[in-house]
Amino acid sequence: MEQTGPRLSVASEDGVSVVQLADKRILDERTIAEIGEQLYAMVGASDKPRMVLDFANVAHMSSSALGMLITLHKRVREKEGDLRLCRIRPSIYEVFVITRLNEVFQIHEQREQAVAEAASA
Amino acid sequence: MQETKVIPTDLQAARSFAEEFLGKVAAKGFADGDLFAVRLALEEALINAIKHGNRSDPDKFITIAAEVNGEAIVITVTDQGGGFDPDHLPDPTADENLEKPCGRGIMLMRVYMDEVSFNDRGNQVRMVKQRG
Repeated sequence: MEQTGPRLSVASEDGVSVVQLADKRILDERTIAEIGEQLYAMVGASDKPRMVLDFANVAHMSSSALGMLITLHKRVREKEGDLRLCRIRPSIYEVFVITRLNEVFQIHEQREQAVAEAASA
Repeated sequence: MQETKVIPTDLQAARSFAEEFLGKVAAKGFADGDLFAVRLALEEALINAIKHGNRSDPDKFITIAAEVNGEAIVITVTDQGGGFDPDHLPDPTADENLEKPCGRGIMLMRVYMDEVSFNDRGNQVRMVKQRG
């Protein structure tokens, strides 16, 4: 059901914004818009955004959520930044493979590795 | 037993229906993989009906017929829009479409459900998931 708490929490590690997505389900337009607005604002506020999205909590995602990630990725690249995804569950990773988005995004199993790669990008 | 519901063109109404129905699917002992597939496909179908079918018009309705038995889940979603041609959609996995933010919903429905068919007008989708 609808969650009213914060959609994400952000920590800074080695100059990288590490974003923990709080929602178990990123499905409906309102949730996706709220997450997108927060992430776009972070990118907008940085000269060269380096960002890692941690999907450990996320069990379900819709195609609209994938669209939001694509838009985020474009905005990060426009600023010559770096975006990485990590700790995606196998069931969701399969969606990335089916849609070939695993070829678009840099995806890591471990958060530490994602942060290290983003920090040195 | 098939259950038919008419809901307004509203995300919250769609979500309430989805949660209630998925609870029934889980109670029938379907595997997690089946539940994941049905949740994804149902979400995509409802979003399509709201956004693309009824174009978020609050005066229009969505009709959902849903059935779960021991062997299969059958869902039909009908909107009041003009429909579309499902056979002429761009392939979202083509190189030139890979970074477009839209256009993956129907493809995901087709991959995750065992059967997906549309009526001639293109305003109704029927999806079947056999027990995995």
